[in-house]
Amino acid sequence: MAEAQDLEARFQARIDNEERIEPKDWMPDAYRKTLIRQISQHAHSEVIGMQPEGTWITRAPSLKRKTILLSKVQDEGGHGLYLYSAAETLGASREEMIAALHGERAKYSSIFNYPALTWADIGAIGWLVDSAAIINQIPLQRCSYGPYARAMVRICKEESFHQRQGYDIMVSLATGTPEQKAMAQDALNRWWWPSVQMFGPPDDASTHSARSMAWKIKRYSNDELRQKFIDQAVEQAKILGLEVPDPDLEWDEASGHYRTGAIDWDEFNRVVAGDGPCNRERLETHRRVHEDGAWVREAVAAYAEKQAARQAQQVAREANAGEAEQSRRVSRGREL
Amino acid sequence: MADTMPLYEVFVRARRGLEHRHAGSLRAQDAEMALQYAREIYTRRREGVSLWVVRSGDIVASQEEDAPAFFDPADDKPYRQATWYKLPEGVKNL
Ligand SMILES: [Fe+2]
Ligand SMILES: [Fe+2]
Repeated sequence: MAEAQDLEARFQARIDNEERIEPKDWMPDAYRKTLIRQISQHAHSEVIGMQPEGTWITRAPSLKRKTILLSKVQDEGGHGLYLYSAAETLGASREEMIAALHGERAKYSSIFNYPALTWADIGAIGWLVDSAAIINQIPLQRCSYGPYARAMVRICKEESFHQRQGYDIMVSLATGTPEQKAMAQDALNRWWWPSVQMFGPPDDASTHSARSMAWKIKRYSNDELRQKFIDQAVEQAKILGLEVPDPDLEWDEASGHYRTGAIDWDEFNRVVAGDGPCNRERLETHRRVHEDGAWVREAVAAYAEKQAARQAQQVAREANAGEAEQSRRVSRGREL
Repeated sequence: MADTMPLYEVFVRARRGLEHRHAGSLRAQDAEMALQYAREIYTRRREGVSLWVVRSGDIVASQEEDAPAFFDPADDKPYRQATWYKLPEGVKNL
C-alpha cells in the first residue's frame, strides 16, 4: 500500500516537474486508460477524416489540386498510424482499438459526420477543421506522455500544410467569379459552427477535464482553445471577404476577444450521439473497407509464414554444410 | 573468441521526453553485457537517462542503391510544405 502511494507520488512529481512519462515507467491504471482512450479516438478521427475529403480526390478541379488533396489525405492516414502506434506503447492492441470503433464504444471527432458537398468544402475543411486541429494539437506536443507528445510534433508540422492548402483554395474561390465566391461563402456557412464545436462542450459541462489537466494530458480548457480558434478564424475570414455566419458575433474591446452568439450544443450532442448527417455512412464505410481488406492481412500473414519456413530450411541446409556462421550476414537488406 | 561477439547498436535518450538517438555501436557477447558496455562507453558523462541496445543484424536498413526509388518521389512534391503557399497580405496565424 505504502509502495503504491510512493509510486503514485513519484509519478505525479515527474509530471509536475514537466518531465515526460515513458512507456516502461510505472503509471496509474486510470492514466493509462485515459490515454489509450484519447489517443485511439484521435487516431480514429484522423482515419475517418479521410472520408469526406477522399470523395473529392477524383473530382478536384485541376491536376495541381488533385495532387495536393491526395497528399493531404495520405498525411491523415499517416497521422492515424503514428497515433495507433503511440497507443500500442501503452499496451493497447490495434485489433481491439478498431473493434471499439466498429462497436461504437470509441468515438471520433464529430466534425467528420458532416458531408463535403462542394469543392469549396475542401477549402473550408483545410482552413477551419485543420486550424482547429492545430490549435488542439499544439499543446499536446507537451503532453506528459512522451510517445504521444513526440507523435504530435510530426503531426503539427504536417497539419500546417493542410491548413495552408485549404486557405489557398478559399482565396482562389473568394477572389474568383461571383459564383465561386458564393460557393466559398456557402461552405463557410456550413462548416463554421461544427468547427467551433470541435473543441467540445463548455468547461462547466465538460467531465474528466480537471484530472486530465492535473496529469498534463490537457493543458488548456475547451473554452480557451475555442476562443483562440474564433479570434484567429474571424480575422482570416475578413481577409477572404467572407462573412462568418453569426449575426451576434461582436468584438469585445475590454477582453480583446470576439464574442459569438449562442452555440447550439443540442446539435453537437445529437451528432456525437450518432445522429449527424453521415454517422452511419462513415462507420459503414470503415467496416466495409476493413472487411474487404481482410484478404490482404491474411496474405501478409501467409507470406511471413512461408518466408520463415524457407529461412529455417536454408539455415538447416547451411548448418549441414558447416556454413552456419556465414549465413547471418548474407541476406540483402539485413546489412547495415 | 572476440570476432564471434555480435555487434550491437547503441541508442541513448539524453533527457526524458526526447527520443532515443543513435550514439554508435559496440561488440558484446550478449544483450546484457552490451547494455553494461554501452553504459561504460557512451554515458560516462551523464549523456543520458536511458539506453537501448539492438543487435546490428536485427536492423533492417534501406540500401544505398534503393535510395533514388525510396526518396526521389518526394522531390517533385514541394506542395507538401506549408511554405509553398503564398498567403494574402496581412493574414495571421496560418
Ligand atoms: Fe491530421
Ligand atoms: Fe490535417
